[in-house]
Amino acid sequence: MLLPGRLGLSTGNPNKRDAMTRPVDRPANPQRRKALQDLARFGGGAAACGVMLAAFAEQSRARPAEALRPPGALPEKEFLSACIRCGLCVRDCPYNTLKLADWADGPALGTPYFHARAVPCEMCDTVPCVKACPTGALDHSLVDINKAKMGVAVITSRETCLNLQGLRCDVCYRVCPVIDKAITLERTHNTRTTKHAIFEPVVHAEFCTGCGKCEKSCVLTEAAIKVLPVEIAVAKQDAHYRRGWVEKDKAGGALIDAPVKLDIRRPDLPGLPGAPK
Amino acid sequence: MSANLTPYVEAREKKGLWLSARFAILRRASQFVFLALFLSGPLFGLWIAKGTIASSMTLGILPLTDPFVMLQVLATRHWPEMLSLLGGLIVLAAYLLLGGRSFCAWVCPLNPVADFAAFLRRKLGITQTAKLRPEFRNWIAVAALVVSAATGVVAWELVNPITALHRALVFGLWFGLVPAAAVFLFDLLVAKHGWCGHLCPVGACYGAIGQVAVLRVSATARSACDDCMDCFAVCPEPHVIGPALRGERTGASPVILNRDCTLCGACIDVCPEAVFRFTTRFDHRLADGAAPGTRKQTPPTSVAEAA
Repeated sequence: MLLPGRLGLSTGNPNKRDAMTRPVDRPANPQRRKALQDLARFGGGAAACGVMLAAFAEQSRARPAEALRPPGALPEKEFLSACIRCGLCVRDCPYNTLKLADWADGPALGTPYFHARAVPCEMCDTVPCVKACPTGALDHSLVDINKAKMGVAVITSRETCLNLQGLRCDVCYRVCPVIDKAITLERTHNTRTTKHAIFEPVVHAEFCTGCGKCEKSCVLTEAAIKVLPVEIAVAKQDAHYRRGWVEKDKAGGALIDAPVKLDIRRPDLPGLPGAPK
Repeated sequence: MSANLTPYVEAREKKGLWLSARFAILRRASQFVFLALFLSGPLFGLWIAKGTIASSMTLGILPLTDPFVMLQVLATRHWPEMLSLLGGLIVLAAYLLLGGRSFCAWVCPLNPVADFAAFLRRKLGITQTAKLRPEFRNWIAVAALVVSAATGVVAWELVNPITALHRALVFGLWFGLVPAAAVFLFDLLVAKHGWCGHLCPVGACYGAIGQVAVLRVSATARSACDDCMDCFAVCPEPHVIGPALRGERTGASPVILNRDCTLCGACIDVCPEAVFRFTTRFDHRLADGAAPGTRKQTPPTSVAEAA
């Protein structure tokens, strides 16, 4: 058992059996030699495995836009740190909305997701999926399902949305569990007929939970409204970009002096109003 | 290299069918029960254990979490909910008593796959094997934790054949069978006990628990050993046997203290002389009348080579 290790590192003497018996060719500290040898072999092998695994782990962050996380899911990066792919949330989902990702499903292997167009989230009052999560990948501080942010609905196809053609479909608006807050119907003038109204469904990201009921019930073959992950659908306001009117309210008045009042200057041409005669 | 391709034959003749297959049968029963607890829900609507082997909730009160999964989460620096921490501690405590890698032999769903590969190896007479060292799994475990820390992803669970197989069976994610099939082929054709015996970091983690675990196998009646080598032929970690079985000369304890022992009991089943039995790590007694040194002396080096 000890033999191969020693042979492997004897000092290039062709007659290795002799080399082992001659003190001059023995390592001064056989244990250290063994430790270094193990470090090189095992460490090298483990590093190679680790690099491949790391590449795989990085790649697992790529999630298709239509795959939504359960309510209370941490932002994707933290979610993948916390989710142990146990499936307890899936088990406690009463509507079979949640699924675990198999290979080639898109989301990281074994993580829970749902497709709104297949089975949307029914927004249970008791939020059983979050309660079932043992690690907090689904944040236990979410107790009011109306505060969930599984994604945000977006009218992805204005060209086919029936309401935007001037018809009265209204289905997405009617089925929305947060009706009149998350989706409102905004009335605009129908310039095609010139005498009708268009009732445009408008999503308000602040209130949309991303449950996907709108996407599920869109009457078109391909939904004109789709729920997208928050990081895709909602852009963050640039920190350097300030709204003057908000800042004015915060400060309780204008932040700069009122514009300087300048004299009106114009050429003295006859005929212009106010010109000297 | 042990060329013993017909173990169990002598044991069956001497001890009868039950005593020569007892732990094999009990282990399969145990593995079946642990799987059935998870399957009764999806199959028959009788919910006993929910979740998977990574983390589960039994009857709504008993949380269990795999310690290696827990370590990966901690490595990503996510501080988990108490539920999973508690589950991890319960599992840790259980295996501190029950022997660490007893998980591998009695619970792990991949074990029957690996055992079947080892069985086929014996039946087909496949003796060629790639040389791997059992310690390599510890390095893979460390690598998996380092990758989890570096990427912030619970990394090993992306490839773990154990949890993938369990999800395949319990949730019907059938691609999860692919890693298990790969392990089967690897164990059959490339390396004897290749995955469980050398590479699996989950086993390495349970092995670390086994370092101090109470339940152990002891070669209590080692003086009765007649060097038939059957135990070395069937043991999934043959290097653990030698020091205890041949410890008479060195005065070593008959207890198999090596953490790699999976407590599968195959050595107990296969030994025609009933040398082995289950006991605790603190029980260093030898069988009655087995005074040290009465047995014929055999150089232990041949054992080490066989391992």
